Amino acid sequence: MRRRQRFGLVASLVFFGLVTSCKTDSGGGDPDPGPSVEFKPTPYAWKKPANFPDPVYNFSKNTLTQEGVALGKALFYDGLLSRDGTISCAFCHQPSAAFAHTDHPVSHGIGDRIGTRNVPGIQNVAWGSAFFWDGGINDLDLLPISPIQNPVEMGDSLKNVLNKVRNNGQYRALFKAAYGTEEVTTERFLKALSQFMLTMVSGTSKYDKYARQEGGTQLTESEQRGLTLFRQNCASCHQGELFTDGSFRNNGLAMRLVNSSDYDLGRYLITLNLDDYNKFRVPSLRNVERTPPYMHDGRFQTLEQVLNHYVNGVTDSPQLDPLLKKSGSAGLPLTRQQQQDLIAFLRTLTDYEFLSDRRFQPE
Amino acid sequence: MKKTLFFLFQAATLAFSVTSCKQDDPATPEIGSVVLRFDHVVGSRDLVLNDSTYTNGGGESFRVTTLNYFVSNIRLKRPDGSEFVVPQDKSYFLVKESDANSQKITLDEIPAGEYSAVSFLIGVDSLRSTMDIGRRTGALDPGGAASGMYWDWNSGYIFLKLEGTSPLAPIGANGQRSFFYHVGLFGGYKSKTLNNLRTIQVPFGSSRATVSAGPAAAVTIKGDVLKIFDGVKALRIATNPDIMVSPLSADLANNYAGMFRFDKIQAN
Repeated sequence: MRRRQRFGLVASLVFFGLVTSCKTDSGGGDPDPGPSVEFKPTPYAWKKPANFPDPVYNFSKNTLTQEGVALGKALFYDGLLSRDGTISCAFCHQPSAAFAHTDHPVSHGIGDRIGTRNVPGIQNVAWGSAFFWDGGINDLDLLPISPIQNPVEMGDSLKNVLNKVRNNGQYRALFKAAYGTEEVTTERFLKALSQFMLTMVSGTSKYDKYARQEGGTQLTESEQRGLTLFRQNCASCHQGELFTDGSFRNNGLAMRLVNSSDYDLGRYLITLNLDDYNKFRVPSLRNVERTPPYMHDGRFQTLEQVLNHYVNGVTDSPQLDPLLKKSGSAGLPLTRQQQQDLIAFLRTLTDYEFLSDRRFQPE
Repeated sequence: MKKTLFFLFQAATLAFSVTSCKQDDPATPEIGSVVLRFDHVVGSRDLVLNDSTYTNGGGESFRVTTLNYFVSNIRLKRPDGSEFVVPQDKSYFLVKESDANSQKITLDEIPAGEYSAVSFLIGVDSLRSTMDIGRRTGALDPGGAASGMYWDWNSGYIFLKLEGTSPLAPIGANGQRSFFYHVGLFGGYKSKTLNNLRTIQVPFGSSRATVSAGPAAAVTIKGDVLKIFDGVKALRIATNPDIMVSPLSADLANNYAGMFRFDKIQAN
């Protein structure tokens, strides 16, 4: 903000304060006294890793507090959020897998129902501007409604879950500690879950330490070659320190048959735009070594299979991302050694401190 | 440009704060209430959920099990063309055929005078649809009143929901032959999507809704379900038993945009 503007803003605020102060004579009283004066939650010191850009999430509308995060964590680990009490958020989002799930190609939910997509991890969501493989959600605060109400995930309704939370004695103290009163509202419930998810920051991998030049961290020769190859071949989509540009792209996965259960049009389902046919959100590659399976439908089990796809398996289509056709034919020309170097680099994105962080473990 | 807007904003803030002092003025303008009553019919017959069988323009017989829609951004128009815009935060209502109370919308603090028309949106405008969840309470609470009228997987409200049964619909998982018409989409967060918001104008003809400190004027608006099938474009249950997130939803929205008409004004 330029100085003149700042002066203007301050001046207008002062005027506003002066002028509105005449209202205090009305004697109407404050209709909403709000929480009592003793309500003082403990601020949560949320830190942006030095090599990261500014977060996207608007923290000013949901100030992180120790108590808010603790409430969010209690909810995250509570099966109460599902219809029959068996499925918590953590059922699919496990801390040791960067809050993804490694056992099934696609999500596995209530009553052993099987979903259609690979469970996405939860990490660095403060920098996310679109969530889910198709970007159907743009606001982190709205995200939990979807798994709660998905009939093959938690199978309940938000309304019913809120009633269950209201009737559960355990939560009265937690809501009071976080918000000053015991009242359970949609906003409080969702923002507490956001608070916990926002603390899931992965920024202490070997790569991060190398990028920040901490403790003289060096990459091995293979990792260094992999980083160079990565920048040449992958970083236009898996961009920057988040290792995603958040866009939706078609990376040439062979389409499954129409009418099969895994036929998935991706971003098209949200936009109804034919250009978005079979496009999916570019995932971050942080902790990628620990988050198999890969792709929206979990079709690959290993990083070697993923690299093999980009070298030998890219299917051409009108929607195929042009960056995968640079050499004239579909796919990336990488030798076996280059693929191994790339995988060596990708392993430097594994953040052991994040994966074993005690703050994320169930109480 | 940005700077100009910024100073305009400051000027507006200042102007607003100065005028707010006028509340002590004894000559407060007279205010009153207006009631909007939504009465649903199917052609010439009253809409009765579940039990009555109707026939659309294609000869398809059907029953209605659900009719819900959002009414928002209400404006009352004066004969001189000026209008009173109901304050945004008080301008969102969910009308449900299953809930008689919801079919009566009471608008308070309306400046006294004569009104000759009303306009409203069917649905929830894009600004409110993308607002912080804390600003979406009451009728718009997805964990409360708006439960079932919200798409959680493609964040946004279902503007209008018409569900029913028909021998022309395929058998569903529950063994019933049901049709589902759910219209939403406000234009998209970042990528453009369909914008199925429709503004409805309901002129009162030669009638006037008089607002005064006395009893509220009640404006009855008829909503004809047949128009949803037979409006701008004929939609048939046999060919389209499910219309939700598809280009056809725009046709459905065009159809229901024509389902409302002025009926009468009475004292409430």
